[in-house]
Amino acid sequence: MPDVKVWVWRGDASGGDFMPYKVAADEGMVVLDVVHRIQAEKAPDLAVRWNCKAGKCGSCSAEINGHPKLMCMTRMNEFAPDEHITISPVKTFPVIKDLVTDVSFNYEKAKTVPPFKPKPKDPDGKRRMYQEDIERVQEFHKCIECFLCQDVCHVIRDHEENKQSFSGPRFFVRLAALEMHPLDANERIDLIRAKHGLGFCNITKCCTEVCPEDIHITDNAIIPLKERVVSAHYDPIAWALRRIRGKKDEFAPPEPEPPSA
Amino acid sequence: MADVERHEYDVVIVGAGGAGLRAAIEAHARGAKTAIVCKSLLGKAHTVMAEGGIAAALGNVWPEDNWKVHFRDTMRGGKLLNNWRMAQLHAQEAPDRVLELEEWGALFDRTKDGLILQRDFGGHRYARLAHVGDRTGLEMIRTLQDAAVAEGIDVFMECTLRNLLTDGERVTGAIGYWRQSGKLVAFGAKAVVLATGGVGRAWRVTSNSWEYTGDGIAMALEAGADLIDMEMTQFHPTGMIWPPSVRGLLVTEGVRGDGGTLRNKSGERFMFNYVPAFFRAETADTEKEADAWFEDKKNNRRTPDLLPRDEVARAINTEVKAGRGTEHGGVFLDIATRRSADYIKRRLPSMYHQFKELADVDITKQQMEIGPTLHYIMGGIRVDPDTAAATVPGLYAAGEVAAGMHGANRLGGNSLSDLLVFGRRAGEAAAEYSKRARATKVDDTQMSAFAQRMEAPFEKGGDENPYAIHSELQDMMQSLVGIIRRRDELEEALAGLERLRARAARARVTGSRIYNPGWHLALDLENLVGVSEAVTRSALIREESRGGHTREDFPKTDPEWGTKNVVTRKRDGRLVISTEPIPKVPAELSALLGEDKPSGEAATGVKTAVAAGDD
Repeated sequence: MPDVKVWVWRGDASGGDFMPYKVAADEGMVVLDVVHRIQAEKAPDLAVRWNCKAGKCGSCSAEINGHPKLMCMTRMNEFAPDEHITISPVKTFPVIKDLVTDVSFNYEKAKTVPPFKPKPKDPDGKRRMYQEDIERVQEFHKCIECFLCQDVCHVIRDHEENKQSFSGPRFFVRLAALEMHPLDANERIDLIRAKHGLGFCNITKCCTEVCPEDIHITDNAIIPLKERVVSAHYDPIAWALRRIRGKKDEFAPPEPEPPSA
Repeated sequence: MADVERHEYDVVIVGAGGAGLRAAIEAHARGAKTAIVCKSLLGKAHTVMAEGGIAAALGNVWPEDNWKVHFRDTMRGGKLLNNWRMAQLHAQEAPDRVLELEEWGALFDRTKDGLILQRDFGGHRYARLAHVGDRTGLEMIRTLQDAAVAEGIDVFMECTLRNLLTDGERVTGAIGYWRQSGKLVAFGAKAVVLATGGVGRAWRVTSNSWEYTGDGIAMALEAGADLIDMEMTQFHPTGMIWPPSVRGLLVTEGVRGDGGTLRNKSGERFMFNYVPAFFRAETADTEKEADAWFEDKKNNRRTPDLLPRDEVARAINTEVKAGRGTEHGGVFLDIATRRSADYIKRRLPSMYHQFKELADVDITKQQMEIGPTLHYIMGGIRVDPDTAAATVPGLYAAGEVAAGMHGANRLGGNSLSDLLVFGRRAGEAAAEYSKRARATKVDDTQMSAFAQRMEAPFEKGGDENPYAIHSELQDMMQSLVGIIRRRDELEEALAGLERLRARAARARVTGSRIYNPGWHLALDLENLVGVSEAVTRSALIREESRGGHTREDFPKTDPEWGTKNVVTRKRDGRLVISTEPIPKVPAELSALLGEDKPSGEAATGVKTAVAAGDD
């Protein structure tokens, strides 16, 4: 087989550039194989994250020809023989070195998600859930935390200043999974609006398009969450009920006036 | 003295897979100041790749199932070399550990009655594996990760610990480096729990990720702890073999549990030729009965495709050696002829995806080409069964890095449950120990010495490429310490390991200390070579074939060897190998195991006409 040639971004926080590398090709090769071969033969200090090499762990996220992808699931035969192939770190997070970025944003946001809190068990001490009731949540549990949805989301990709008040699609999936869990009894709706910044999302579906697990992030997670926020906050009956029950909404911006009946 | 960042904890957990996370949750809950230190980002540890399920006798599908049957299956699958007490605790506590995951938000697939569904797996008499399609490990690690984060446990990610600190008597902490910055970091601790997994990266064809470099085993050995059963390595029978890029990637045993069968290149269901006497009573001996078992499990015996992994891996190896393998040196695994495309995509979504994307094979229509892949090591750190304590005070080990639970061969699904059962026990014992232990003090001289060793590759100006050394190690272990072993090859491997060790000491490192994989690998080589030596020396001593250890020159399973553990220690810088009696199974548990003992001759690929275990 002919050699493969790729341009890998090399550099660190202070800057960098694309460097050309040529290595031998193998049948069935994926981009991650090429990167490993470059490491072994040409650039031993080339920084890259990986673990499972089978699309299950979400470690090897990068931008290949500008498209957010898992390197382990991108076959070299997807490219035309003389195509100019670039491999660069995800753009939304600060570069540490080469293809490795500082994704701590995500781990900090994870700390702000109110955890699962189970309802009481059935009288016989068991827990029953039916397959049809959990399937939509199981879709969200497929998330491998590759953070490609975070990378492509323009709310944070192009606006560093939004990172403070916006958690991104990964966490809307996580919050939707908790909110729709048949056994969960925790309260998160106020927080989703006020702290995780759901309102910033204007449903362009970029996140859904790049999800390697084919999670319908926008349709199945974000839009239903938006509906829940709306019915909790702008539904006059729900509003009145909360007033009667005296629940405090400590994160909420000033409430809109309920429409007059 | 080198500049070393310092932290102090009661309990430091090394590794953030299932065992490490469960240990951390327990230690924290018991009031110990706890840290998790892991090489990758949180949630990426090897547990995430587990596919088929968690074995636990919940009895949701088969009310007949209970811990005693699970105990029996585990012991027999381990060829009775298991530590009986670990197998007992594991079988008894696995159901609670699975149900606990549900309390923390895990969503397993359901039975029609709304309970946790269980699937068939090799060596388990009843459908016993709680699962989520074929991504059970992802569900498990995310559930534990979220629980640990919700508890506010401190996590040090992308931080590699290299050495245990000791005061000559007990463990006082551990030292390593931050992968991102390359800076050194030390943890003072009253107790350290090793949950670092195995050493699969020493072999060429493996399902293991880069993390599996034997760190915990090497650290414990260096600190004076005992290892046992290091010769017991598991080759999972079904890894992908083509294209080269995916060679070794795991194909879940769930494929066979859900109806997949093995065939050689002529289409023969060859597993019928490899049923050992030890499993004959419970295994179908005709295709008709095996096929009927998929539909009616009460009145038929199970298919030999679901024999324990060691049996199936050896059978495949023999078929290939006899020239009955496929074009790329494997055999066929077929589920398409038995199950509908919908069924396959629902039960095995990631297998479907993996073959489709990486091998251009549609498993709902075509056969898979598979072969054995180094998957697991049953051997590891010797532990007390109840507390997971290693033989050095203050040191604990849980999960793959610990030994005893699985004996000579691990059953599929018993690993995830092992992580939870013994992760919890290790966390509990470490926390309690830390409360009674007097304060520890890190020995600065020892710490400096370890720090210098880590920094040395930058200063020495070596001439060897660490990647090339690693690659040669993998090729050598694959060919000389593989599925079938013999004396001269094992001796050749020992000589080879000495040469590789010398070369590893001259590893060349270039670039800065910031996220430098060449440097990381140069340091990992020491552990890889050291643990490979323990495996090879142990394999040389055990002159019989049992479970994951098959000797061409000693193909028989020897009852005398069935009473012995091979023990590895490091004394004065050298490995010392000896044998010690395994703890005797008490009578009331022994009665559950049956009278018969594993016997017969293992198929080694030499005498291809003779079936395994025929005696």
